[in-house]
Amino acid sequence: MTDATQEAGHRTHTVDLAIPASHEYLDLARMVVTTTAALDPMFPDARVSDLRLAVSEACTNAIEAHRRLQRREPVHIRCALSDDRIEVTITDHGGGFSPDERTELPDAADPARLEHERGLGVELIRAVADEAEFRRVDGGTVVRLVVHSRDR
Amino acid sequence: MFEVEVTEQHGWTVVVPVGDLDLSSAPALRRHLIAAVAGTDGRVVVDLAGVHLVDSQGLGTLVGGLKRARTHGGDLRLASPPAGVMALLQLTGLDRAFVVTADVAAAVAHPVGSPGDGGDD
Repeated sequence: MTDATQEAGHRTHTVDLAIPASHEYLDLARMVVTTTAALDPMFPDARVSDLRLAVSEACTNAIEAHRRLQRREPVHIRCALSDDRIEVTITDHGGGFSPDERTELPDAADPARLEHERGLGVELIRAVADEAEFRRVDGGTVVRLVVHSRDR
Repeated sequence: MFEVEVTEQHGWTVVVPVGDLDLSSAPALRRHLIAAVAGTDGRVVVDLAGVHLVDSQGLGTLVGGLKRARTHGGDLRLASPPAGVMALLQLTGLDRAFVVTADVAAAVAHPVGSPGDGGDD
């Protein structure tokens, strides 16, 4: 029930971006996604902030995964803005990662937790996005996140 | 663009980053925090007024600075966080780990080791 549920007559803006897997492109990735969201003038600022954080975390994980494996492929980011939401898909080739395989983390309020930044990043994505899905694909990870622009 | 300005106020080093605290700015911020801790016996205020986004990498860098400051007998405090940054501190529970104040003046006025610095529980 994730895709192919576009109702007839509703317009979807789709933007595709491929960035080199380097931290220098993180800001560009956030800008493209938030600028796409802003095509909807009714997208609330607070939700754009949530989106910016979620995209930052997902792209950081992707960039770090590529760096660890010294992969040269780009990270792909697709955003689809529709009537009441933006859906962002971040696809990497960083070897594959499943958040459920992580070891136990310290409590969220424990500063020691910050030593598990990737884990914290995933939790932040889950906290600020309305939907978050982490899928292992051949040699990489697909993160799909959805942020709603209005109450439904 | 990420920039950092450093000043001193009443024996505290005030670090003023402007930009996003993320993977890309973390190394520069970390260097500034290490130098700041060494300069004023661990008394550091990070003025967040010019910061739009802090993500987990930025939080990790700030927490690293906090630990280092407390190891040196001081503290690392956060001043003037914008609403979105404050919301993130609350979401992660880090508003209890840091002394967070409305402005730099309040941060340097709060004595080190007093109740509410979140450091002794």
